[in-house]
This record gives sequence, structure tokens and C-alpha cells, in this order.
Amino acid sequence: MTISNFTRRAVVGLIAAAGIAAPAAAEVDFSGKTIEWVIPFSETGGSAKWANFFAPLLSEALPGQPTVVVKFMPGAGSTKGANWFQEQKHDDGTLLFGTSGSTQFPYLLSDPRVRYEYNDWIPVMASGTGGVAYLNAEDGAKFDGSANALKDTNFIYGSQGATRLDLVPLLAWQMLGMNVEPVFGIKGRGDGRLMFERGEANIDYQTSSGYLGGSAPLVEAGQAVPMMTWGALDADGNIVRDPTFPDIPTFKEVCEATDGCETSGPAWDAWKAFFVAGFPVQKLAFVPGDTPQEIVDAYTAAFQAVTERADFAEISSKRVGKYPVFVGDGSKAALQTATNVDDSAKQYVLDWLKEAYGVELN
Amino acid sequence: MDVFATALPALGDAWGLILQPIVLGYLVLGVVMGLAVGVFPGLGGIAGLSLLLPFMFGMDPILGLALMIGMVAVVPTSDTFASVLMGIPGSSASQATVLDGFPMAKKGEAARALSAAFASSLFGGLVGATFLTMFILVARPIVLAFGLPEMLMITILGLSMVAILAGRIPLKGVAAAGLGLMIGTIGEADAGGSLRMATYDIPYLTDGLKLVIVGLGIFAVPEIVSLLRQDRSIAQGASLGAGWLDGVRDWAANIWLSVRCSIIGVVVGVIPGLGGSVVDWIAYGHSVQTTKDKSNFGKGEVRGVIGPESSNNAKEGGGLVPTLLFGIPGSGSMAIFIGAVALLGSGDIEVGPSMLKDNLDITYSIVWLLALANVVGTILCIAASGGIAKLTTIRFTYLAPFLFMLISFAAFQSGQNFEDLLALFAIGLIGIFLRRFDWSRPAFLIGFVLSNPVEKFTNQAFQIASFRFRKSFGEGMEYVFSPIVIVLIVITVASVILGIRQAKMIMAEGEVQSGSKRAPLVFLLVIMAYLVVALVNANMIPDYNMTDKIIPLVVGCVALFCCVVLLIQMMRRPEGDAIFADKEIAGEDANAPHGLWSTLAWFAGLIAATWVVGFILALIGFLVAFFRIRAGSSWAMTLILTACGIGFMCIMAGALNRDFPPGLLQGMVDLPWPLK
Repeated sequence: MTISNFTRRAVVGLIAAAGIAAPAAAEVDFSGKTIEWVIPFSETGGSAKWANFFAPLLSEALPGQPTVVVKFMPGAGSTKGANWFQEQKHDDGTLLFGTSGSTQFPYLLSDPRVRYEYNDWIPVMASGTGGVAYLNAEDGAKFDGSANALKDTNFIYGSQGATRLDLVPLLAWQMLGMNVEPVFGIKGRGDGRLMFERGEANIDYQTSSGYLGGSAPLVEAGQAVPMMTWGALDADGNIVRDPTFPDIPTFKEVCEATDGCETSGPAWDAWKAFFVAGFPVQKLAFVPGDTPQEIVDAYTAAFQAVTERADFAEISSKRVGKYPVFVGDGSKAALQTATNVDDSAKQYVLDWLKEAYGVELN
Repeated sequence: MDVFATALPALGDAWGLILQPIVLGYLVLGVVMGLAVGVFPGLGGIAGLSLLLPFMFGMDPILGLALMIGMVAVVPTSDTFASVLMGIPGSSASQATVLDGFPMAKKGEAARALSAAFASSLFGGLVGATFLTMFILVARPIVLAFGLPEMLMITILGLSMVAILAGRIPLKGVAAAGLGLMIGTIGEADAGGSLRMATYDIPYLTDGLKLVIVGLGIFAVPEIVSLLRQDRSIAQGASLGAGWLDGVRDWAANIWLSVRCSIIGVVVGVIPGLGGSVVDWIAYGHSVQTTKDKSNFGKGEVRGVIGPESSNNAKEGGGLVPTLLFGIPGSGSMAIFIGAVALLGSGDIEVGPSMLKDNLDITYSIVWLLALANVVGTILCIAASGGIAKLTTIRFTYLAPFLFMLISFAAFQSGQNFEDLLALFAIGLIGIFLRRFDWSRPAFLIGFVLSNPVEKFTNQAFQIASFRFRKSFGEGMEYVFSPIVIVLIVITVASVILGIRQAKMIMAEGEVQSGSKRAPLVFLLVIMAYLVVALVNANMIPDYNMTDKIIPLVVGCVALFCCVVLLIQMMRRPEGDAIFADKEIAGEDANAPHGLWSTLAWFAGLIAATWVVGFILALIGFLVAFFRIRAGSSWAMTLILTACGIGFMCIMAGALNRDFPPGLLQGMVDLPWPLK
């Protein structure tokens, strides 16, 4: 980027942000407007990284090249921002809202703070990630593709909380019959990895980008042994190997190989439902429910254009991971799979949370 | 020597990258933007970086780094203006600076305090960078040696600084710290998610109170209200004494203190998970302990400025270690920084363990860009300090409305809720009464800041330790009593013993007269009532969530015990005893021409009007009414000042893409920005 280009965009950004916007055109044209992409998290989290990656690309692809700014509205584990978005009406199409697994899980678990309804909103884009669980070198030596030899070991795991995304690994380990004691209250997966590196925890999991950046070097150095990925979804909704980690078995494979772990029945259904909501469809972008179709189409086309960029695979794999981005109808289908958990699966998880961790959500 | 063989060429490459005119140009641009943004207390780094993010995508890495680092580096420098001149702690890095910096400004020595602070910052930054250049190569195993028990001990060392800042009645200091700790536990517990003194019906409380709000409420609000009541300038007699050269001389005379505090800053900054919250208090405590004549601390002792300021810029350097080597951000702005680095260039630079192997030249560039940005920023700040210090000679009635405007805006930015303003007001009231009755405000703030780390590290260390003890007794002991822990215990014990012996000499609130029993007694009873309610509330948490209730219970009981002892002492001692300290009896506050409540009503009015018509409309009304009625200005003057205030607010908020608190009106009618 040249300096003049930088200056021009800076000036445009400042003027637009100051609210001196040009009059709106009749058809969908965002010239001179500022799109606000609201994220219900702080500036520092993964969702911020995700939105900041897409924002400039979206700006180039939308008609009229509006400025896209990411705004942050953290609070109450993202339920505050989602409750706020529920109240928003269509204005001139300049509002986008992003959610993540942390917004989906309280919704699925009927958290009392949830006053939003996913089905009222219109999704325009969805993207996912994967996750990898790994063991320390000593216990990793006992891992043979099944968890049979790990059932007598006591594990410690640094966790952000049983009702968060950590629900997926904790339930998986429990299904494998492993004895994993979570140490709650850490602030991010990076802190969990640090606890693992210090030898205080002996089992850990990271999302794909965290694993590639921080944990893969530990594996190379012989300090960690990958155990399993959560897998990825194929077009028919089956769990298959994660394309980013084709050499690591999925939890489904490990479960099948382990005595007493079943890939059917209420436990499996519950795990799979929450896995889908937390990983393959982790992040979604929405417009308000009463948005006219032409504006929805404009966003769909813009995100489509972003994913069809010649360099998209390259730039996205480094920044948000090598996973499919769903747009248009694809994002609607993704939303359906991510937010529809049948009552028995939900009840199973609620009972398990209460029994194992004493967590009650009402 | 193997290490040097790779390090020296990388260092050379780094300087090659940095010393290009265009890189330096971007660095200066970043510094200037950082200084401009830094005037907002409690917002600077994060807001500025968010503003830059859209431009980072695909940008040449070294240019992007220069721009971002220029901006981040000067925030701990530029927020010194607010903390010294106005007594407003901009961030956790400048809290301890307020203790002696602001009293210096009141004595008319603002320029001296500022330049001593800036010289120390600059030096600290350079010491930090030099130290890091060597240390970063061997840092990984050392950082990993700091486990949970070690972090807990450092937190407790920070907490032990309460002993030195407790004031004349140590029990009051301990109770104040206990109250701070208890207020820090409000909200959803990190470990089990239990609610403490909060309900889901008030979502605001479930997130707990933000440090910015508590810092502003405890330090800034009481000082603003007090000065406004006295209707004078900040500098007594509106005259400026010592100039900026004196400050630099002060720093030079205390260079060894500056060196030691810089080292403290880097070392504590290096440990991930602690951030900057304890550094400046440890440095302040160290400054007090190593000063022979302690009688001036809290009243404008220049060493009390040099110590914390030397440490806080060095800490920024130290904080790069966990950020770059482990990918774990030490602060909010560092977290955005990590995200932004991934956007740079072709996305090759991955913050994390590979930084040393693959990008050592970039790593060194970052370290030295930070140092260089410090130099540029400091020189600009020193150059400006003489002029800006003149602010302290203006009649305070003309400054106060702008300060109310600034702190309200800063408070709102921390959570974007109207409740932020209410919380600021409520904490401000606590601050006013702590100050009035000579309860140590620094002790309260230390308690609040360290509340979360104390609880988190205690629970986690306990859980892992019991896991180790179950394996074998030896392994448990080895984990809990590592050599580092033992050293830290020794330092803590020594600092508590020294602190208790010295505390009586350090009066953070200056001389306070004592008077009748009634008012101090009522305040004590109110605090006790809160503690009892909080204790009952914590006790209602079910036992399986022991992690969520144990710390509030233990701390609450200790604080309540102190209060009970104080109550007994108050009943037995005669009126006029030091325990009945009350600023309304004699001194500046008592002789002020304006009353406390009528002055506070102005601030309350601003908040109430905001609730109805939104911030900007309320602010217009507030400024006009204030200048016209309270300050007695002419209409022309009133309108000019109001326009300046509103214009400044809109330009800054517009540039930073920030909203203002909306009111009921905005809920009914759609208004254009900035009214919306």
C-alpha cells in the first residue's frame, strides 16, 4: 500500500465516521456510507480477528465500496450485544452483526440472559473452524488410537468454563472414560496452552489456528502428542477428518476404538449437536430480520465475491483457517444445523453439566 | 556464543529495517496519533489501534509495525499528563503516579513532575529494550518457571504494598483494601459462574466493575469535587514554581532508583497473566522503602513519581515477551496488536514460539521500535510539558466541567452502558468519603485491582497443588514451595514488616484533622453493613461451587473483623483522636466556599440529563448552565467555551468512531450522529 492510498482511506474513514455521509441512492449502493459490523465481544478476541479480516474485503466487494468499521459491544458473555441486536430494525442496510459459538451455546442451553432468537435474523455468511486435543509426552506414549490405556490416568485441563466451547472437549473426554479434572477460570485458550507448557496441565485442546501457531511446535519438539481432532462435516452432515489435519484421527474414530464409547445414542447425539454449533458453524454474520431482499442479496453477492477471490484460499488459511465459508443459502443451512438441537440432546447436556460440575442455568 | 552468532546479525538486520526514512516517518506519525488519542483517560491504546486496524491488511509489515508501535508506546507516557495535572489515572500504569504527581501539581510544580516522569519513562523504556535484547533469547524457560504458585506470590507481594500505604491507622488501610477486594468480586465468578452481589436482572453487574471506572471514581471524582468546591486553581496561588529542567535534574539525581524500578518493570512485565496491574505499586513501594526521609510521600515527593514512571514503560517492553513468544497478550492493546500482526503483509508473521526462529529480525525491530517510539514521544511530551503545566494555573471552575465531560465519556467507553455513568457516580461517592475520613484510597484500589488475580490464582494453584499432593507428598511440596516462591515469600514478609513500621509517616491524604465521633462512625457502619450483606450473599452460593465463595468469605471476614475492632476503638477513644479523621472539620474542604452536595449535584445533573436526552444534548445544557451560573461567565464566554467542549468531544469521538450514551429521547426519536 502506498502512503497516498493510506492517507486517502484514512481521510475517507474519518469523514465517513464523523457522520458526513452522502445522500443515499435509490438502488443498493453504499457509496459514501459506513457499514457498522457489530461484534458482541471485546477488541481482543477471536471474533474481532475474524471481523477485522473480512471487513476490508467486504468493503471492496460491496456496491459503492462503503467503509466497513468493526464495532465492539462486549458484555455478559456476548448475550448483551445479541439482546441489543434483537431490538434493531432495518434502517438503510448499514448494520451487520457477528456471533460466535459463545453466543450460540447460551442460546442452545436456554441461559436466562438470552433474550434473542436466532430464527428472527437473516444470516449472510457463516464460517467455521476445527479443534485438536493433545496430550503431554508421557501420557501421549500410552495413546494407541484408543483411550483404553488412558482411563487410569488423572488429567488436569485449563478450562474457560463448562458452559462455553470447552463443553465439547470435556464431554468428549468423559465419553471416552477419561478422568479429566478441569481447572476453571482461565481467560483464553492461550492461557490453557501456557498451563500445559508449564506442566501444570497435562491435556489441552486448541482451535485450529491456535494449534498451528502455538502447539504444533510443541509436537515437533516432542513435548506434546496430538490425540484427536473434533473432525469436520461433509456435505451430508457426517463427521470426517479435518482437512487441515488429515493425519490426526477424529474423536469419532477414537471413540469407536475405545471400549465403552458409542457413536450413537443420546450422549453422542448431544456431543455432535454442540460440536456442530461450536466448530463447523462457529461464526455467523447477520442482518436484521426485516431487511429487504435486495440488501440481503447485495451482502450475499459481496461475501460470495470475497470467497471467490483468486487469493482467498491463501490469505484466509493464514488468518482464519482453511475451512469453508458459507454464504447465502449455505449460511441459512449452516444456521439451521448450528441452532437446532433436539430437546433430548439439550436435556442430556444440562443434566451432565449439573451432575459433573454443579452448573445450573436457571 | 552460539546465541550471539544468530542474535547479532538479526539485530543488525533489525536496525537496517528501522533506520529507513519512511519507517521512521510512520513511527512519528504513530506517535503523534498516539499522543492525540492519549488525552482520553482509560481509552488510548485500544481505541487508537482499532482505528488503525482497517489499514493493516496487506500493509508492508515493518511500516505497519512502526505505525502501531508508535501509537501503543506513547500511551503510558501521554496518560501521565492526566494523572499529574488533574489527578485522573488514565490506566493502571499511571495509578501510582497520581499519589505524588498530583500533589506536586497542586504545589505549582506540575512542569517539574511531568518532566521527571517523562525522563524516567524514557530511561525505563531504553533500559527495558536493552535488557530485552539479551533476555528474549533465553526468556522461554524462565517464563515457564513462573507457574500459578509463583504468580500468586507476586500478586500477594503487590497486595502487601497495602501495608505501606495504609495510612495512620493500619486497620483502616486493611479494611479499605478488603473492601476493594470485595467490590472486585462483584459479578459472575470466573471459576464456577456463580453470581456475587449481582443478578441476571441487572446484566450490567454480572460483568463486574471496570478498572477504569473504579480508578476514575476513587481518584479523579473526589479531587475534582474538592477543587471545585474551593474554587481555586490546581496550583496553589495559581503560580508555577519549579520548571521542566528541575524535573530532569531530579531524575538524574535519582538515576539508580530509576534503574532499579526499570528492572522491576521489565521482570514483572515478562510474566504473563499479571499485566501491568501490580508493577507500579511494587515500584512505588520500593521507592518509599529506599528513601530515607519518607515524610513527603503522598504530599509531592518526586521519587514517588520517578519510581512508578520508570517501571511502567519498561513494563511495556517486558510485556512483549509473553506477547511475541507465547502469543499471549499482556494487555488489551497487545491483544489487538497480535490480531493486527496477522493481517500484515502476506500474513507470514505468526506471533508465537516461531517468532524467535523465523522472525528474529522482526522481533528485534519490534523491541527497538518500541524504544525509539519512547524516545520520540518523550521528547515531544517534555517539550510540551512547560506549556501544558499552565493549565494548573487556570481557575478550576473553568476546567471542572470539561473534566466531568471527559471522565463521563471515558467511563462510558469502558462498557458502552448508561450504567457506566451510574457506577462512576457511585464509586465516586465511595471515593469522596474514603478521602474525607482518611481511609487509604490507594489501598482500596490495590485491593480492587488484585481481587481477580488473587481469587483466580488461589483457586487454580490450590486445585493443581491438591492434584500433585494426591500423587505424592514430595511432588506437592516441590510444586508449592519452589525456590522462586520461597524468595518471593521472604521479600513479601520483609516488605510487610518494613511497611508497617513506615506506614505512619506516609499520609496519602496529607494532614487530616480529627473531630466529632458521629460522621466517621456512620461511615464505618455503612461499610460494615455492605460487608455483612456481601458475606451473607457469598454464603448463599452452594458448596459445590466452593471456588466461587471461599475468597469473598475469607476476605469479607477479615475486613469485617478489622471494622469491628475499629468500632470498638471508636467507642472507647475520645473525640479528636486520629481515628476520627474528618476533612470537613478543618482544612481546605471545610473552608471551601461551596458545599459538597451542591457541587456534586452538578455532576449528578449531567448524568440525569444524559438519561433523558442523551449525552451531547445533556452536555450542552450542562456546560451552558455551569459556566453561566456557577462560574458566572458572560454569555459570550459561556457560548464559546461550550462550543469548544462540544466540538472537541465530537471531533475526537468521530475520529475514533465512538458513540455517546443515548437517553430516553433517543429511544423515541431517530436523531443524526452525534445526537443519537
